Order: sequence, then structure tokens, then C-alpha cells
Amino acid sequence: MTAFVQQMVLGLLIGGLYGLAAAGLSLVFGVLKVLNVAHGQLIMLGGYGAFWLGALAGFDPFAALTLVIPGALAFGAVLYWTLFAWVVRASEETRVKNSLLIGFGLALALDALAVRLWTADERSITTSYAGAVVSVGGIAIPLVRLASLVLAGALIGGVHLLLLRTRWGRAIRATAEDWEAALLTGIDVRRAYLLAFAIGTALAGAAGTLVSVGYSVSPSIGLEWTLKALVVVVLAGLGSMPGTFVGGLVLGLAEAAAAWGFGGPYREMVGLVLFFVVLVARPQGLFAR
Amino acid sequence: MTRPRGLALGVVVVAALAAVPRVARTDAELNFLFLVLLSTTLAQSWNIVAGYAGQVNLGHAAFFGLGALTTRTLWIGGTPVLLAMGAGALVATAFALLIGVVAFRLRGAYFAIGTLALGEILRITVGNLLAEISTLPAATIASYRLADRYYLALALAVATLGVVGALGRSRAGLGMQAIREDEAAAEASGVNALGLKLLALASSTALAGLAGGLFAYYHISYYPSHPFGAHWTFDALLITFVGGVGTFHGPVLGAIFYVVLKEYLAVRWVDFHLLIFGALFIGIVLLLPGGLVEAAARLRALAGRRAP
Repeated sequence: MTAFVQQMVLGLLIGGLYGLAAAGLSLVFGVLKVLNVAHGQLIMLGGYGAFWLGALAGFDPFAALTLVIPGALAFGAVLYWTLFAWVVRASEETRVKNSLLIGFGLALALDALAVRLWTADERSITTSYAGAVVSVGGIAIPLVRLASLVLAGALIGGVHLLLLRTRWGRAIRATAEDWEAALLTGIDVRRAYLLAFAIGTALAGAAGTLVSVGYSVSPSIGLEWTLKALVVVVLAGLGSMPGTFVGGLVLGLAEAAAAWGFGGPYREMVGLVLFFVVLVARPQGLFAR
Repeated sequence: MTRPRGLALGVVVVAALAAVPRVARTDAELNFLFLVLLSTTLAQSWNIVAGYAGQVNLGHAAFFGLGALTTRTLWIGGTPVLLAMGAGALVATAFALLIGVVAFRLRGAYFAIGTLALGEILRITVGNLLAEISTLPAATIASYRLADRYYLALALAVATLGVVGALGRSRAGLGMQAIREDEAAAEASGVNALGLKLLALASSTALAGLAGGLFAYYHISYYPSHPFGAHWTFDALLITFVGGVGTFHGPVLGAIFYVVLKEYLAVRWVDFHLLIFGALFIGIVLLLPGGLVEAAARLRALAGRRAP
């Protein structure tokens, strides 16, 4: 019984990161109607950013977040201007298809670039407090992962408030709802796109940082994280940041249950199977409102 | 190019390729051409469902993998290789039809990511169940002749091109292209969309299954989950798009370009070709949706205008 609870606790802890990984993808998809399949590669880059800030400049990984997030915001803006600004000019159907292809090319290029620059080795940040564990009734909770879960929740909550309360947030939500109507009411739709994409990239960067401290990064983790984020987006639907966080936790728990019931190798399967079933049961996806 | 001239040129090229094993001094040339032919087959098979029928199938590797797994198992078990490859194609197609009925309820990007998930499910399952590396028996290795593999690859590539060439002109092929342009409009004018999409998927996956069988026949040892890897799908997609998606010549040009670049760059930098191809691919999607085929047509038009 203890072993089961332990598994589920660990599942919940990584589930927070799934939620954070999906939040950025969901925001970009919901607002720009652009499916960025290189989202996992952005997470990978964020992870390396934090890793090198630690290795070269001695940054604590959690402190590195204060540099990785603005860096990712800027990187997202550049990516939007150079690539995705071209895509959003097309009609909505072509938009999704072209963005899929461009994201795919980007994913491939970033994977190859990461291997060239940093080799294929797995890296993870080890801090002085890396092994610290809180014990509750025989259940061990790694402190770093607990902090990551809390931070993930806080970041998603922050973006949620930003969208809900600020002028820019309202512009982004209006654009997501109906960009033509938003344009008519005088909202700068292009700026809303840019903002949403930059925030989405920043969320990916933050997720990558937390992955590199509690877990590990390597150039090949991109596809895996894109799939995780997609699964969560399909489970949770678009348009709600807290919903996405909960969706991430659900995936984490489902994976832990599968690993406990069928063995570790089946951890990866459960999400994909869930994903396919939900997708087919609702042909337009839970994506569609 | 006009049809008779194109066909005549094709015959000459195939005849020249058939003569290569007699004149090649080392195995390197044959291995290189084998890769070009395998890539052509794989990309062209993907082109049927994605290029002609417009259904971006990101689970193509699953069918390549199923063909490889079935062929390898039967062939090592003593079945003649051609029979084993046929069985591999059959298994791939049967699985495709089973999946297709469900997956074709998805449209556009949802179909793409749904099939990607399916491919990954299959890869992980095979990796879990068959974790041991698959190596040919010593007797088979001793009697291994590269030329056999090469001729088979040539035959398969020619057959694939024949299928696509015939399809492009047929009523079914035109129906597929109509679905690609506008599915609702195609159905309204009497095209059986689901039927034709399943036909496209079946022929595409049968050829992918055969290509997988060829891979199983060619490679001495590999992990059974390797042919299921998503990178096989990605290779096919890149080659097709860079060459020219939805065209007959595109995947051929793309395959030659891809393998040349890959082999040439691999000497110095591992995987560097992926960086170049990724960037090239983005450029082509944004600026030149017709790929190399369109670039060639534009150049020819330009040259035609210059020449009196």
C-alpha cells in the first residue's frame, strides 16, 4: 500500500510539470490557432539554459528562473517574428497544417543543434539540497520536486490572473474567442498573437528549468514532452489555465497508476492511449469549444 | 517533360541502375544507392496518403515497422523472403484499415497528431515486448549477398513509382486530390471520401510494409523497435516536402538530395544534415510550397523565356 501511495505522490509531483508544459502549448494553440509541435524542444532549450547558468555561472536553478523566463520571452518573440507571423496570415485550416510542418522543421533543427552544441548526454542539475526529502507517514517527498510542483502551480496561476485581470490579458482572450470581432473592436490582434506566443515560450522555458533540476534533460526529450503536453491539452481542453494544471496532475497520476499496475515500461503508454481514445471519441477533439 | 520522353528516360535510368552491381568496385556504391532506393520507396509511399489524398499521416513508421517485424520473423523462420515480405505488407495494410476507420474520423491536424500517438504506442509496445536485438543467424550472414538486396530495392522502387504514376492519372487518384483540396466539395460532387482515403492509406501502407520488409532483409542486426521509430516518418515527410509534395517526381528528387547530403555530411558531422534539412524544410513550407519540383519548373520557365 505504501509503495502505491509513494508512486502516486511521485506521479502527482511530475504531473505539475506536465501541466506547466501543456499551459504554454494550450495558450498558443488557443490564441493563435497554431499548433507548435516544437514546444517540447523549447522546454529542452529552457532546461539547457538553466543547466548552463548553473554550470558556468553558478546559478541556483530556482534563481536561474529569473533569467530563463525573460530569455524565453525574448526568444519566443523572435520565433514569432521570424516564423509564425508568416503562418497566422493564412486561413485557419492552412494555419494549423502549416504550423504543424514548421514546428516539425524547427523541432528537427533544434534537436540537431542541441546535439551538436551540447552532445547527446543526459544532464541534470545537482544542488546541495538535491537529496533533501520530507517524510510523511512513511511516504518520501523529494523537496526539489515538491518545490517544482508549487512553482508550476504558481506560474500557471500567475498567467491565469494576467489573462483575467490585465488589459493585455483581455485582448488576448478576446482574440482567442474571435479574432475578427476583436479586430473590429480595435484590438491589435497581431500584438495579442505576439504576446501569447512569447508567454507560451516563457512557460516552456520555466518548465524546462524545473525538468532539469528535478529530472534530467537531453537533446532528445523534445518529442516526448510535446506528446505529454498534447495529451494534457486534449484531456483538459482549451481556454482554462487552472484546467490545464489539473489535466497535468491527472496525467501524472494515471501514469503512476499504470506503472504500478503493469510495470514501468507502460508508464508512457497510458497517456498516449488516453489521448487517442479522447481524440476519437470527440472527433474535433476536446479542443473544440 | 512529356510522357513518352519521361518514360524513355526512366527506362534508361533503371537499366543503368540494374547494371551497377556488375561494375561497382566496392560495396559503398551499392549501399549508397540502396539507401536512395529505400528512401524513394518510403517517401513515395507516404506521398500517396499525405501528398495526393492530403491526410498528413505521422504514424507512417508504424507500418514500416510492422512490415519489418513480420518479414524478419517469418524469413528467419525459414519462409522465402518474397513471401515473408508479402505477409509483412498484408499485416501492415490490415492494421492500417483497422486503424483508418477510426483515425479518419479526425480531420487535419487532429489526424496528424492522432497518428503520431498511434505510431509511438506501437513503438513502445514493441520495445517492451521485444527488447532483445535481432541478429541474423551465422549461416545467413555467411551467404549474405548485397546485390540481392540491391536488386530487390530497385524492383520495389520501380513498382512504387509505377503505382503512384498510375494512381496520379486514375479516377481514384483524381478523387483523392479533390479530397485534399476540399473534402466537403469533393463529397458533394459524388466522391466517396472515406472509401478513397482508405484506399490511399491501404496502398500507402502496403508499400511501406514492403519497404520495412526490405529493411529487415538488408540489415544484419537491429533492435526490433528501431523500424518503428518516428524518425522514419520524419524522413519520409522531409524528403517528400523538400522534393515536392503531391507530385510524382518530388520524392525521387528529395530522396537523392537527402541521401547525398546525409552521407556527405555524415563523414564530418553526425546528424548535421538534420539541421540543414530542418531549416530547408521550414524555408520550403514558407516560400516554395512546391519544393524542388516547383523550383525546377520555375528555372525551366526562366530558361525558356531567355532562349529564343
